[in-house]
Amino acid sequence: MPESGQPSRHKAGKKGRFRPKGRLVEADARAQICQLLSDEQLQRDRLIEALHAINDQFHHLSARHLAALAELMRLPMAEVWEVASFYDHFTLVKEEDSPPPARTLRICTSLSCALAGSEELLAAAQTLDGPDLRVMAAPCLGACDRAPAVADGHQLIRAADIKDIRASFSQPPRPQELDNLIKFDDYRKNGGYRLAADLAGGRADKQALLAELARSGLRGLGGAGFPTGRKWQIVAGYEGPRLMAVNGDEGEPGTFKDRLYLSTDPHRMIAGVLIAGHLAGIEKAYLYIRDEYPEILAALKTEVAAVKNSGLGDHMQLELRRGAGAYICGEESAMIESIEGKRGLPRQRPPFVAERGLFGRPTLVNNVETLYWVRDILEQGADWYNALGKPGHPGLRSYSVSGRVARPGVVRAPAGSTANELIALCGGMAQGHRFKAYLPGGASGGILPADKADIALDFGGALADEGCFVGSHALVVLSQQDNLWQAALNLMRFFRHESCGQCTPCRSGTQKAVELMDTDTPDTALLHELSAVMADASICGLGQAAANPLLSVMRHFPEEIPVSDKDRT
Amino acid sequence: MAGTDRQARFTITLDGRKVKARSDQTLWQIARDNGVDIPHLCYRDTEGYRPDGNCRACMVEIEGERVLAASCQRRAAPDMKVNSQNSRATTARKMVMELLVADQPARADAHEPSSQLWHYAQQQQITASRFSARSQPQTDSSHPAIAVNMDACIQCNLCVRACREIQVNDVIGLAGRGAEAKIIFDFDDDMGASTCVGCGECVQACPTGALMPKTVLDPEQRLAVTPDRQIASVCPYCGVGCQLTFNVRDDKIVSVNGRDGPANRGRLCVKGRYGFDYIHNPERLTQPLVRRDDVPKSASMEFDPAAPFSHFRPASWDEALARAADGFKKIKSDHQAGALAGFGSAKGTNEEAYLVQKFVRSCFGTNNVDHCTRLCHASSVAALLETIGSGAVTASFSQCRDAEAIIVIGANPAVNHPVAASFIKNAAKSGAELFVLDPRGQALDRYAAHSLHFTPGSDVALLNAMLHTIIQENLYDSDYVASHTEGFEALAEQTRLTSPESMAPVCGIAPQTIRDVARRFAAARTGMIFWGMGVSQHTHGTDNARCLISLALLTGNIGKQGAGLHPLRGQNNVQGASDAGLIPMFFPDYRSVEDTQTREKYEQLWGHPLDDKKGLSVVEIADGACEGTIKGLYVMGENPVMSDPDQAHVRAGFERLEHLVVQDIFLTETAAFADVVLPASAFPEKSGTVTNTDRRVQMGRTAVPMTGDARQDWWIIQELARRMGHEWNYQGPQDIFNEMRIVMPSLTGITWERLEAEDAVTYPCADENSPGQDVIFADAFPTESGRGRLSPAAILPPDEVPDDDFPLVMTTGRLLEHWHTGSMTRRSHVLDQLEPVAEVHISTQDMARLSISIGQRVCVETRRGTIELYARLDPNLPEGMIFVPFCFSEAPANMLTNAALDPFGKIPELKYSAARLRRAE
Repeated sequence: MPESGQPSRHKAGKKGRFRPKGRLVEADARAQICQLLSDEQLQRDRLIEALHAINDQFHHLSARHLAALAELMRLPMAEVWEVASFYDHFTLVKEEDSPPPARTLRICTSLSCALAGSEELLAAAQTLDGPDLRVMAAPCLGACDRAPAVADGHQLIRAADIKDIRASFSQPPRPQELDNLIKFDDYRKNGGYRLAADLAGGRADKQALLAELARSGLRGLGGAGFPTGRKWQIVAGYEGPRLMAVNGDEGEPGTFKDRLYLSTDPHRMIAGVLIAGHLAGIEKAYLYIRDEYPEILAALKTEVAAVKNSGLGDHMQLELRRGAGAYICGEESAMIESIEGKRGLPRQRPPFVAERGLFGRPTLVNNVETLYWVRDILEQGADWYNALGKPGHPGLRSYSVSGRVARPGVVRAPAGSTANELIALCGGMAQGHRFKAYLPGGASGGILPADKADIALDFGGALADEGCFVGSHALVVLSQQDNLWQAALNLMRFFRHESCGQCTPCRSGTQKAVELMDTDTPDTALLHELSAVMADASICGLGQAAANPLLSVMRHFPEEIPVSDKDRT
Repeated sequence: MAGTDRQARFTITLDGRKVKARSDQTLWQIARDNGVDIPHLCYRDTEGYRPDGNCRACMVEIEGERVLAASCQRRAAPDMKVNSQNSRATTARKMVMELLVADQPARADAHEPSSQLWHYAQQQQITASRFSARSQPQTDSSHPAIAVNMDACIQCNLCVRACREIQVNDVIGLAGRGAEAKIIFDFDDDMGASTCVGCGECVQACPTGALMPKTVLDPEQRLAVTPDRQIASVCPYCGVGCQLTFNVRDDKIVSVNGRDGPANRGRLCVKGRYGFDYIHNPERLTQPLVRRDDVPKSASMEFDPAAPFSHFRPASWDEALARAADGFKKIKSDHQAGALAGFGSAKGTNEEAYLVQKFVRSCFGTNNVDHCTRLCHASSVAALLETIGSGAVTASFSQCRDAEAIIVIGANPAVNHPVAASFIKNAAKSGAELFVLDPRGQALDRYAAHSLHFTPGSDVALLNAMLHTIIQENLYDSDYVASHTEGFEALAEQTRLTSPESMAPVCGIAPQTIRDVARRFAAARTGMIFWGMGVSQHTHGTDNARCLISLALLTGNIGKQGAGLHPLRGQNNVQGASDAGLIPMFFPDYRSVEDTQTREKYEQLWGHPLDDKKGLSVVEIADGACEGTIKGLYVMGENPVMSDPDQAHVRAGFERLEHLVVQDIFLTETAAFADVVLPASAFPEKSGTVTNTDRRVQMGRTAVPMTGDARQDWWIIQELARRMGHEWNYQGPQDIFNEMRIVMPSLTGITWERLEAEDAVTYPCADENSPGQDVIFADAFPTESGRGRLSPAAILPPDEVPDDDFPLVMTTGRLLEHWHTGSMTRRSHVLDQLEPVAEVHISTQDMARLSISIGQRVCVETRRGTIELYARLDPNLPEGMIFVPFCFSEAPANMLTNAALDPFGKIPELKYSAARLRRAE
C-alpha cells in the first residue's frame, strides 16, 4: 500500500488514444476507390486486379488507398499489403514516403540482355532518373531477341542506346499496336473454332479426341513436359466443378515464344482452351498473362470478348488475369495462388493441382503454346504432329534462341533439335563471337559447353544425363567474350530477386549463394553444399534448380571460377 | 474422435522400422509417436496450427521421390519408406539450420537462448554459421507489452498463422519477396501503431525470440527473467475461462502463457496475457483500515486511492474484524435483519460466493444478497428460467465450430470475450454463416454474412420480425415445435403483425434483409445464438432474451451439436457465483428461498433460521440505502459505486449507510465510503474453483503469496461469521467446496480431487467418470411440462428516448483493455498504457456535425449528471449514438446512466440513455 503523497494513477499528462487502433480510412480515399472499382471488382480473388486498377490510375499504391481498399474488400490490411508488396509492378507508398514519378523506364538485366550490354545502358540511363522519370533494372522482359530490352512502363520501346531512350522519353508514352495479330473474324473465317463449334454442337466424339491428343507427343511446353493428353484425362477424372488456368506468365529468362504466339495468333490458343473445356469438362478458365506484355493483354481483352460474344464459349467462362511482375507465378501452383488474389507462393505437393488447384477444385493448367497446338493436332491427327519431330522426339517445338547468334528469335524446329542445329537456323554465331557454351533451358536448365552442343534438346534423355533440362526451350548462346562465372552470378541474382521467400533453402540459399559467388575467392566447397540443400530441400523448382548454372560452371568451366592472385600460382 | 477412428490404419517404414500410420497423420507426428524427434521450427504441435512446411528444418527422405519432403506437412501413405536419420536427410536439415543461424544474433546475444531455434541448432551441433549475416532490422519497441526483434526472425510465418488463422485478429502478414520477405504489422507499421490487439498469440508461437514479452527482457533485448516456478490456473477476467500458466519468479508473476484448456485451447487475450501485474501494484491494500473519525462520508468527496490516509487509519485485523462485525450486529439488533445486505463477487471463487451468501443469509438473517450478475445477465437468466427452466448456456461456445449459422446479437465479443470471439471467427472462416446484430459496428463484421446495425433499443421489433418470417413462411422446425415446445399459438399471434415490412421503420433494417437473415438462420441445420449486455441491459432485456429463446426453439436449435443458446458471461465466475446462490431469490442451484422444504434443508445444514422472503437486488439495495431502509452493507470484491447506474444516487445512498464493510484488494470508489476496509486476496493468490460461461468448473491455483497483511477471502468471511456468533470452521476452500457438493446437485460428479487432476469439468456431469455435458436439453427441459415455452414479447420503447434536449443515445460498456470498473486493469501497466484516459466514442458524422475534433475535451450530459472527458473518433458508431466506457472513475459513465429496471430481471437499462454532447468550456 502506498504511503500518502505518492503520485496517483490518475496522474495528468497521459495522452489518450483518441481513435481506434491502427490506420483510419479517409473518407475521400474511400470515395476514390469506390468510384474506381465496382462491387464485382472487389471480390477477394480479384485483389491483384484491384491493385492494378489503383496503380494504373495513380501510378502507385498509397497507404490511404490501400486502407480504403482493405475496408471495402473486408480484408485485413496486412493481407492487402503482403500481396501488393509481393509483386514488382506495384509501388507502395506510405504516408511519409513521396510517390514515384509517373513514368518508369525499365531496362532488362537478365542474361541475354546483360550480354548485349544492358548493365552499361542502365548505368547511362540512371542519369535520367529524376522527378519525372524513374529508372529501374528489370528481370527478363521476354524480348531477348531484341536485347537489350527497354520498356516505357511495361511497353517495349526500340532503344539501342541512351540517345534512343532520351528521344523516346521526350515523347508521351504510346501504346503499341499488334500489327500482325489475327483477329477473331479472320481466324474464324479460315476454319478456326470449327472443332470447338462441332464439340459444342455434339458433332464430335470427345473420348476419341481425348485419346488422339494423348496419342500425340504434345507435352507441357511451359517447361515441365508433362504429356498433355494424359493431364486432360486426369483432370477430367476428378469430380467437378473443374477449373482451368492458362499459363501465360512466360518469365523464364531467354523465353519469348508465348509472346510471339499471343501477339500473332492468340485464337489458336483460345481454341485450345475451348476444346479443353469440352474434353475435360471445364467450368471456367482463367487466362493469366504476364504484365510485361501490355499490348497482348489489351488485344486479348478484345479478342476474348469477341469469343464470348460469338457464343462459342458458352460452355465455360473465360476470365483474363494480369500478372504483376513475379517470375515465380509461372510455377503452376504459384500462378493459382496469384489468380486467387494472393502472394504467388508455390504450394507443396501432394495434392497436385489436377486434384486440388484453383479454389480447391480440380484444375487443368496448360501453357499458352501447349494449347496453341491442340487444334492442329486434333484436326490433322497425332501422327501428323508426331512426324514433325526427330526420331524418338515426336512433335514440333518453338525454341527461343538468344544471345550470341546472328539472328536471335523463335525457331520452330523438330523436337530433339540440337544447339548446333538451332544456332545454324539463326544464321550462325554473331559476328566476332565464337561458340563457347549454351543454356539449353533458360536460367534454370544449366549450362553446357560448346562441345556438348549435339545433344538432343528435349525433355529428359541425354540432356538430363548432363544434369540439365530443356524446360521452356530457351536457348541462350554464349561466346568467348562471355565470362561464365559472371553469367552464373547474373542468373543467381535473378533467382535471388525472384525467390518467393517462402522456404529457407531458396530464400536464404539464393541470397547466400550470391554473396559467396560475388567474391574474389568463392568457397566452392560451401557452394556445393549449399547447392545440394537448395536442390533437395526447396519447395519448388525455382529453388531446386537455382544452382544448376552454378553447378554447371563449376563442373565444366572450373577455370572461370575466380581465384585470388596467390592461389593462381 | 470418431472421424479419425474410421481412418484406415496401415504400415509405413520409418528408418527401417515398420510402424502404424493413418493417412491423416503427418510423418512428423508418426515419428514423434515412435520416439523420433525431428527438428521443427515453423511447425507448432498445437491444435489449430496448420503445418506450413516452409522452414525445411524437418526434411526427411521418402524413398522413390526426387526431393526431400517436409515431415511436418507430408501425410503418410501406405507402404511409404521414410528415412529421417540417413545422411541425406540430416545433411539437409543441418544445412537449413546453418542458413538460419547465419542470420541470427550470436548465441551469446540471443534474445531467447532457449528458443526452439537454438534448441534444435544445438541438438544438431550448429552453433555458428559459415555464411555471412544479412543486414539486420532495428528493434521495434513501440508496443507496451511486446518486444519485436526481427533480427531473430526466420520468416516461418507462425506469427502470421497465430494472428490470422488462430486468433483471427488479422494484423500480421508476411510481405515482400525472397530475401526481402519480412513480417509486417498492417502496412509495415510499428506494432504499437498497428491494429494489434495485443493478444500475444504471436509471442507464444514464435520459435526464435523475435517476439517476446517485454517483461522478461533486459535493455539489450536479451532474456533476463526466467520463472522459478509455473502454476497452472485460470484467467481472472472475463467469463470465457481461459486456462493459463502463471510464470513466477521470486514470488512475482513475470509472464503468462495460455494453457490448453477446453475453453481456450492455449489462446489468451491482452488482459489475460499482459494484465497480470495489477496484483503487484503499489496501491494494493496491505493492511486493514478503519475510517478516520474526523472524515465523514460524503457523496461528493474527493478520494485518491493512492493517498488513503486522508480518509482512513491503519488497524489491526482484530480491531478491523471486531469493528466490522459489531457494526452489523448493532444494526441487526437496532433494526430488523432486512436493514442489512451483502454483495458478493463474480470475480471471486465459487467457494467465496457460497460463503458470502451463507454469511448474509445465516449471519445477517436476510436474503438481501446479490452480485453484479444483476447488472449483466439477470434478464437473460429470468427469461431462460421462465422458458427452459435453466439459466445457464445450453451449449459451450466452442460448439460454434459445428454450427452452420451463428447469430451474435447485442454483444461485441472481440472486445469483451476475445478468445470466444476467436472461435466464432474460426467458425465463420471455415464456412458458418455469421449474422451480427448490433447498433455498433465491430470486428466480427468482417466475417459476417450480414451485419445488421439496427436502431438502438429496437431489438424486440427486429427479432419479432424474424420470428414472424419464420412462422409465416413455415420455416420453423414443426416436429421440434410439436414435441418440445409449448405456447406456439400465442407466439404466432403476438408476431402476426410484426412483419419485417412493418418493423423496418422501427428497427432501421430493410425488410428484405430481415427476411434473408431469418430464412438463412432457419434453413441452417445447426444454429447458435450468442448474446451479451446489448440484449440484457435494457428495460426490455427479458423480452429480448425471450425472443432469442423462441428463435432457437422454433428452429429446433437446442440440444444438439453445433446448436444452442449462449449468453456470454462477463466475469470469470459469474456463472459460478449465481450457481452458488449469490442471488436474492435463490439458494444455491436456483432453489427458491420461498420454498419451505429447501429453506428447512439449509436451516438444518447451517444451523440457523433463515429469511423466507426474496431479498433485494443490487439496484434495490442502493435504493434502500438512499431511502434509509438499508443501513448496513457488506461488500466483498464489488464496486457498485462505479458499476451501478445513476452514480449520484448510489453515492447518496452510500453516504447514508451507517455501516459499510468493504473487502477488496484495492481501495475502490466504493471502499472510499467504507467504515472498515479488509485487505483481501487477488485471484492469483488463492486457490478455488470458478465456473465459466460454458458451465465448466475449473481449478484456480495459488501462484504467489499474498501481499502485506492481506488475507484469504474465505478466512475473512469466516472470521466475520465467527464474530457474529457462528461457529464456522473451514480449513480451506476444499472444505467449502465439499459442503457445496452436499447441497448442489449441479456439482454431481465434480470433486475437488477431480478438478485438481483434470483442471476442468463441465456440469451437468452424471458421475465422476463422465466427461460432463457440453450440450444439454437434447430430450427435455427442466420445466414442469418438460417443454420449452415460446414466450411472446411485446414491443416497448426504451425508458428514456432522445428528445430535443437530449438528442443522442448513450450506451456504455467495456473496452478491450479495461475490465469492468477498471479497478484491476487500470492498475496493470500494459493495459493502462494501451488505454490510459477516459474518452467518449463519437461517430464520424457527429464529430463533424458538432465540430468536435479528435482528442478534444467534451462534456457528456444526461438528466442524471455530467462528465468531462476526451473525444474519440469511432467509425463503428452510427450517427446519433455515443459510447462511454464505464471503467474510468475520473469520468464515470454511470454518473449518467438510467437506473430504470427491467421488471423481470431487475436489470437496469445501462445500454440506453438520452444524452447530449458539447465541447467543454
